Amino acid sequence: MSATVEAGVDRSVAGTPVPSAGAPSGVDAPKPPWRLAVRAFSRDKWAVVSLIVLVLVALAAIFAPLLTPYSPVAGDPVNRLAGIGTDGHLLGLDGQGRDIWTRLLYGGRNSLTVAVVPVLVVFPLALLIGLFAGFQRSRAGETLMRVLDVLFAFPLVLLAIALSAVLGAGLGNVMLAIGITLVPYMARVAYTATVQESSKDYVEAARAYGANPLLLMFRELMPNVVVQLLVYATTLCGLMIVVASGLSFLGVGVIPPTPDWGIMTADGKNVLLEGIYHVATIPGLLILVVSLAFNLIGDGVRDALDPRKQTS
Amino acid sequence: MTRVIGSRLLSTVLVLFGVSLIVFLLLQMVPGDPAVTILGTGATAETVAALRTELGLDRALPVQFFEYLGGLLQGDLGRSLTVNAPVTDIMVPRFANTLILTGAALVLCIVIAVPLGVIAAHKQYSIFDRASMVISLAGASVPVYWFGLLLIGVFSISLGWLPTSGMYNPRFPGGFGDLLAHLILPAIAAALVPLAVIARMTRSVMVDILAQDYIRTLRASGLSTTSVLWRHGLRNALPPIVNIIGLQVGYLLGGVVFVEVVFGWPGLGQQLYTSITQRDIPVVQAGVLFIALAFVIINLFADTAVGLLDPRSRRATHS
Repeated sequence: MSATVEAGVDRSVAGTPVPSAGAPSGVDAPKPPWRLAVRAFSRDKWAVVSLIVLVLVALAAIFAPLLTPYSPVAGDPVNRLAGIGTDGHLLGLDGQGRDIWTRLLYGGRNSLTVAVVPVLVVFPLALLIGLFAGFQRSRAGETLMRVLDVLFAFPLVLLAIALSAVLGAGLGNVMLAIGITLVPYMARVAYTATVQESSKDYVEAARAYGANPLLLMFRELMPNVVVQLLVYATTLCGLMIVVASGLSFLGVGVIPPTPDWGIMTADGKNVLLEGIYHVATIPGLLILVVSLAFNLIGDGVRDALDPRKQTS
Repeated sequence: MTRVIGSRLLSTVLVLFGVSLIVFLLLQMVPGDPAVTILGTGATAETVAALRTELGLDRALPVQFFEYLGGLLQGDLGRSLTVNAPVTDIMVPRFANTLILTGAALVLCIVIAVPLGVIAAHKQYSIFDRASMVISLAGASVPVYWFGLLLIGVFSISLGWLPTSGMYNPRFPGGFGDLLAHLILPAIAAALVPLAVIARMTRSVMVDILAQDYIRTLRASGLSTTSVLWRHGLRNALPPIVNIIGLQVGYLLGGVVFVEVVFGWPGLGQQLYTSITQRDIPVVQAGVLFIALAFVIINLFADTAVGLLDPRSRRATHS
């Protein structure tokens, strides 16, 4: 769930033991854990539907030129603000006479990129921070975590707004701003997962018989931490769709006339007062659907990895 | 308890120190020479140099920071670059307006979300439970700015019930009633997402508690459902719920920035928006600082409240 991110830093990992994908598999394990998880996931119909929706949205954004004859930036001023169902313009036209369906398709490229790329880039970084700080519990690692904690004093959205405000608008800068904002959140989740995992018996045992700590960390611990971070990252993508579009809505994100769902919503704000609703409502609805889809997938993955909810 | 509050106060002071450091560094993060960026490339060398001196950019970084911090402690947040006035004078009245909006939204969240969660947990798996949880799942994904626009479209434009923007009627500024009419829609818009999250959390906390032995014992001993639910169940669920509410205030304050822009509410968020477009960095810094300050202090209160509500947490806190 998107908004739990701030509240849920601990909660999302406070979950349950995850089937240890990388742990030494016992002889009596009939099926690899990931297959159980895939089966459990495929039984969650909301998660599956969400996955299909996301794949379709991504494909539509990638193949945008094939799905529309219009340009996302050039408008037809004569028919400006024509409503839903106009001939040739299924979703109508915006205030500059640009086809909304076309701008949704092309806008998806920016909106999805800006939201998902920072999460993907920060993922390995946060994983390493969390692993080193959580496993070795060295002074340097603990200090780093304390320093990152200070960033939690800023509401997530506010930090993203402040950073993009000083960095300036533009695709690259927004991704940088969102990336910086995400580091403390993702590192905290990786850290908590590592600390929890380190206290388990198999790690204690491996330590006791003198396993190489680095090997232990990367081969045995990391897969379990990765899985927990992955669940969190999925729900973060859902939140970041809303946040990134929000930055564009405020004018500190993607620069117009580049299509973006947040900019499209902002465009609709001006004509809304004249009683024309479709320009603002359509892109916002899409943001909601995509964000919800990420969250449902995140919930589905979390449940699928929970051995208590898997039935083989 | 005093010791717990004391150690919590100390860590709050440290956090606030960190917050002011980060807010200070925001200016340093402006790419290139901040003075040039702020003035634009057309500025003459003299004006740039003058602004550099005014901002203190010609001095060493730690010196700059401690001067900034010293100013903060005296309530001096620098001067606005666009309006010739001290930032403090611009921001303090706006901060009050933001607190009015945030407070109203928070009250709305609590009085709706907590009972909703409790009833959903009581009637687990009923239609009511499923419906409210599906709605709150979707509600948690709603973009605040979009929801605000929807509210304006429906209740201000189509139905004409409530004003579209502002805090008071500009021509006939009334008293409390006028404020209330302007407050309803923005408060609802700001409250939606945290409300959804708090309702879901309340439900899951209550579900765990209602499954415990002492609740069964209370039920078996013939206590009324109302008493079991609200006096004994909710009483024990409160500490985690208060914690969640404290953290959700962060989301609320972030959302309020968007709500103020959409509804033209004269608060910090709207000022942030204006100042960002004008690249008035000192005002942006002050806005961020005020909001972080509010968030930290509200969580300090929430933690203290948890300590009062739950004697166990007092022992568990190690200083």
